[in-house]
Amino acid sequence: MIARHGEKVALKERFHQAAWQEKLVMELGRPGRRGVLVPDAGDDIRARAGDVLAGTPESLRRRELPNLPEMSQPEVVRHYTRLSQMVLANNVAVNLGLGTTTMKYNPLVNEFLSRSPKLAELHPDQDDSTVQGILELIYRFGGMLAEISGMDRFTFQPAGGSQGILANALMMRAYHASRGEADQRDEVITTIFSHPANAAAPATIGFKVVTLYPGPDGIPELEALKAAVGPRTAGLMMTNPEDTGIFNPRVAEYVRVVHEAGGLCAYDQANANGILGVTRARDAGFDMCQFNLHKTFSVPHGCMGGAVGATGVREALVPFLPAPTVEFDGSRYYLDADRPASVGAIRSGLGNVQSVLKAYAWVVSLGAEGLREAAHMAVLNNNYLVGRVTAIPGASLSFGKDNPTRRLEQARYSWEGLTADTGVHTMDVHNRMIDYGVQGYFSSHHPWLVPEPFTLEPAESYSQEDLDEFAAVLERVAEEAHSNPELVKTAPHNSTAGASVPGAEAHPAMTWRAFLDVQGQGAE
Amino acid sequence: MGDPATKTVYPYIPNSVPAIKADMLAEVGAATSDELYDVIPTSIRLDRLLQLPEPLLSEYDLRRHVEELLASNRPTSEVLSFLGGGCWPHFVPAVCDEIASRGEFLTGYHDGERSMLGSYQAQFEFQSMIGELTGMQMVSTTTYDWGTAAASSLIMAAQLTGRHEVLLPRTISPTRLRQIRTICGPTMTIHLVDYERSTGTLDPSALSARLSTDTAAVYLEVPSYLGFLEPRAPEIAELAHAQGAILVVGVDPSSLGVLTGPGGYGADIVCGDLQPLGIHMSYGGGQAGFIATPHEERYIATCPTLLVSILPTEHEGEYVFEWVNFEHISYGLRAESHDFAGTAQTIWAIVAGVYLSLMGPQGMRDLGETIMQRGAYARSRLSEITNIVTPVFDAPHFKEFVVNFEGTSKSVAEINAALRERGIYGGKDLTTEFPELGTSALYCVTEIHRKQDIDRLVAALAEVLR
Amino acid sequence: MPIRVGLIVNPIAGMGGSVGLKGTDGPAVVRRARELGAMPRAAGRAAAALDEVAQADIEFELLTCAGAMGEDSALACDLHPSIVYRAASSDTSGDDTRGAAQAMIAEGVGLIVFAGGDGTARDVFEAVHDSVPVVAIPAGVKIHSAVFAVNPRAAGDLVVGVLRGRISRTREAEVMDVDEAAYRDGRLSTRLYGYLRVPDDARLVQAGKVRSRSEDSAADDLALAVVDTMEPETIYIVGPGTTTRRIARHLGLDSTLLGVDVVRDGQMLALDVGERQLLDLLEQNRRARIIVTPIGGQGYLFGRGNQQISGRVVRAAGIENVVVVATPAKLASLGGRPLLVDTDDEELNRTLAGFATVTTGKGRRSVYPVEFPRGTS
Repeated sequence: MIARHGEKVALKERFHQAAWQEKLVMELGRPGRRGVLVPDAGDDIRARAGDVLAGTPESLRRRELPNLPEMSQPEVVRHYTRLSQMVLANNVAVNLGLGTTTMKYNPLVNEFLSRSPKLAELHPDQDDSTVQGILELIYRFGGMLAEISGMDRFTFQPAGGSQGILANALMMRAYHASRGEADQRDEVITTIFSHPANAAAPATIGFKVVTLYPGPDGIPELEALKAAVGPRTAGLMMTNPEDTGIFNPRVAEYVRVVHEAGGLCAYDQANANGILGVTRARDAGFDMCQFNLHKTFSVPHGCMGGAVGATGVREALVPFLPAPTVEFDGSRYYLDADRPASVGAIRSGLGNVQSVLKAYAWVVSLGAEGLREAAHMAVLNNNYLVGRVTAIPGASLSFGKDNPTRRLEQARYSWEGLTADTGVHTMDVHNRMIDYGVQGYFSSHHPWLVPEPFTLEPAESYSQEDLDEFAAVLERVAEEAHSNPELVKTAPHNSTAGASVPGAEAHPAMTWRAFLDVQGQGAE
Repeated sequence: MGDPATKTVYPYIPNSVPAIKADMLAEVGAATSDELYDVIPTSIRLDRLLQLPEPLLSEYDLRRHVEELLASNRPTSEVLSFLGGGCWPHFVPAVCDEIASRGEFLTGYHDGERSMLGSYQAQFEFQSMIGELTGMQMVSTTTYDWGTAAASSLIMAAQLTGRHEVLLPRTISPTRLRQIRTICGPTMTIHLVDYERSTGTLDPSALSARLSTDTAAVYLEVPSYLGFLEPRAPEIAELAHAQGAILVVGVDPSSLGVLTGPGGYGADIVCGDLQPLGIHMSYGGGQAGFIATPHEERYIATCPTLLVSILPTEHEGEYVFEWVNFEHISYGLRAESHDFAGTAQTIWAIVAGVYLSLMGPQGMRDLGETIMQRGAYARSRLSEITNIVTPVFDAPHFKEFVVNFEGTSKSVAEINAALRERGIYGGKDLTTEFPELGTSALYCVTEIHRKQDIDRLVAALAEVLR
Repeated sequence: MPIRVGLIVNPIAGMGGSVGLKGTDGPAVVRRARELGAMPRAAGRAAAALDEVAQADIEFELLTCAGAMGEDSALACDLHPSIVYRAASSDTSGDDTRGAAQAMIAEGVGLIVFAGGDGTARDVFEAVHDSVPVVAIPAGVKIHSAVFAVNPRAAGDLVVGVLRGRISRTREAEVMDVDEAAYRDGRLSTRLYGYLRVPDDARLVQAGKVRSRSEDSAADDLALAVVDTMEPETIYIVGPGTTTRRIARHLGLDSTLLGVDVVRDGQMLALDVGERQLLDLLEQNRRARIIVTPIGGQGYLFGRGNQQISGRVVRAAGIENVVVVATPAKLASLGGRPLLVDTDDEELNRTLAGFATVTTGKGRRSVYPVEFPRGTS
């Protein structure tokens, strides 16, 4: 594979992950060691308090010290630092293969800002007058997302994409209940490519789920949707573009069909990165939407504080939003918990506030032109990669024959040809990639419709050289599949540890003690 | 295409250099990046720029802006605070801050047992430590917070028993109650059980009256939201089990150095929040929930989070760790949740593991003891103020306690406003959510409250209430 | 202890196709095919599958039949089998397939690998039933059975997966057979013969070591979901299939494995009925539902293996009373191809075509395209 100007892309032929052979923390330390000492209460307090432990109820009193590691501080630091080195994270390796996850650069300045005591040491129950700054930030960002999506109001309480989808489903139910139709409208429609939460979240709160399968062009047919809607329809939950990267250009018609049947339409904007500033939920007619701030809006995944499923609604649905909401009366910001029609609370307080700050800072640093540039670059990067990957013998673009339109910010491919020729499967390629220092790719949600799938999403913060290198790695592994299939099938070879014993997952253990018990029973 | 010299190049977008962009467009066969969107019909294309504030392109301007925005906040690092109620002020060791900011842990996602070994191992180690603290050897990956964990535990109980009614104590955290109502309400019936006014603890006869063969679960909080300890927990477990119901216990893990794991008194499912274990409050963003049960197939099968298991490798003494999903064997409520979002709180699980490794067994015991000592001191000193009553409940307490101001002529809102003027955040106002307690507030005292801090509170209150 | 694997190659399977003959049942047809210069394909395809296994370098015992019925293919891959069966003549037949399988079972094989077509699958089934799982290498002209791997290499890969312990579960797959004489006369008539157990390779539908629901478990849950929706005083015409036959099991009833049964009010009304009986029952009962599931590897809802549910039966019950059930994995295995309907009523086929609502679980439905085939297939 040629990069530019006749240069061949160089692969990391001698790459090897850090392999510390680091014992488990339960196997480290020595009796008596301490990592940090607890502040002493002092004689005065002790004198007044008396023997507090003797005062605990017998039934609750701990008789033996818990079996925790006993380590000195440097041992703890070394242990966890070593563990961190055995992670092919986004700051270390190219992670563009993780389609739908939108791995992009997480600006360090935003991390720095979120650690300020002015946020980190705020208690959620502080009087509104003492937290005007953060309330203003949250309120402003809600306004920005409203403009970006065309919705009227946002909540940041749902702490992840699945919770955002749950919020949408709850509001659908509340809306129909307010019109006396909750019992009648008990079905939610979604598509097979959507995140499993689009089916699981409504099902959790008692909805029946109808799933549409794609036609030959990768898009469910309008006729299928018409067959699925009816008087029992509560609403539609769809993603556009889907994980295949295929955009449904008739989305507005689909929304109309559902509206005509009396249902609401929720837009799962997990794949919004390529369309920011290009097309909006409102313009297609959606009633509500949810953004993953930890995908599209640069908030890190392993995050200090986690994910946010920013959920937006049109005016008619505002009363149903989870409480409390952040309001502004012209001079001060305040929390409004007095919302009788609210679906309730999904997560405590306002959610992962520090993540909201990071997302706000990202948008503020880019502005409208910058957001558009990010979206355009994400789509350009992806199409550049599509060209390179589909040139690899054995790789094909899913639905490529029947849907030649450009994929947007991600694309799903198939190694079907490679597997037929060599017997090497997509997960084998995944395992061999990391021997070249790139993170393995995402295949597909379950069950796989596209055979031997892999889904790539470069987003906008990878360089052209990164894209070239990644494609070159795939090309090399595909070559190895022909010349040395066993090498690929038994990969990785340059990794942190060996392969797990086959069948071991039949006897799982989620703690060390459980594992020792399972071993002791000779279960292997 | 415009003069390259005037086009903005963005630091986070490497290919935004016009020459690079042009090169890539050429390879892709498009004249402009707009062409890449041909599939989107013009009827739904935005034909204007989004209306957003002018960008702050330089990092310096961005920092100034956000810092100025936050400047008016008055955090608990500047104001002496006695607020608790589910989010607590604790000391965060520097090692925890360091590991929490490691880019490898922050920017990783979860994929592949060997390319992510470090984060999975840290996750498994955390699970093992929570297992030791709770006495439960099946520990989930994190959920969003205690309330979500409690709701999920109750849904598990419904699946396991085939029943749909749950009993909660009337002293349950109001936020957690709201969450349980929101998440479980659509498919389950929720009843609140009365407590004994003198001790705060669950009234066994009230519980027995409510228990039936429709009861899926009884839920208990130890310590209670209102801070007291529930000495009759084993009796409550027996009552629940006698009716075939499951006992779910919600815990504050900072208490488990001095209190026994709930497995020890009959809990079937344990849930709780990790925030006290080395995680900053962040205006409520520091929460992370967990679920722990005995290591049994039926719990493994119904747990609605991904589970991380240890797996031996071909090398002796070497392990890898992997997500293992399990068959749902119950045919009741099918919460068929492939809930990947739970992993987003994983960084907190890692930090909690670091904290517990630093503290060790003796540290957790010291922590529990010093918290109880400082709380006892606070109650004793506050009792010196004639017109307030504390503790309201005649029971042992941990970390929090109710203070009653009925004897004063002021509302908690007024008292707290006056305290704020003196640079103190008073305890959370309980008047609306627990009207039967009268004019009351929930005060939290942890290892960060020194003698002089508590004395200052007492002096300030005495002055305010004069 | 290394696992014992049996190998059976049907040497004449697949010969007819390349010279335009439909299948190779019967000596007369075989001689004709040989005369036309057809080379035995099955042996080559079996070798391609075995090559995968040989390359994986796993310790196992291979048991096979002398000569063209397996030994040749094994030796071509440097494998060293034990011979447990010898055909009496070079004109091998179904008796030989059955005899070989029985010999292997007697030797305690843990897996039987065979190369052939639907006819071979039928013969293997008659000897094996569900006692031992099989891996089927496609080498025949007509492949309607759902037991076959996608291609020889995939079959070899399945064997490797089983030998390495990576695949530990099995699932049921339909064995279909076509009436040969009718076929050559231009009439297509398939029959559901039975179910063989094949390795359940989760890796074909998802990544990694995710220990998810087995296909058997999904079929069970689906059948239970159907039972939950059954109404009183309604007859349920239950077609054959791996999912539908579990309906009777959940009701605690015996059922015909391969035929059409009729249930009402939790009782078995009639077993293994034909078209005539169905029409009579429909006349006697005002309310009826027909429950069908795609049978075989092609996704047929009507016309392959359940011809008793004829066009007249569907019309008598009412098209709106047809209930289609299928597990999500079954739908996914269609790879985007539509479900197919081929009753004896062309007009009805046209009406049924479009979209079907498929029940895939409790409270779960899918809307899936349905077509009718044009021309025989």
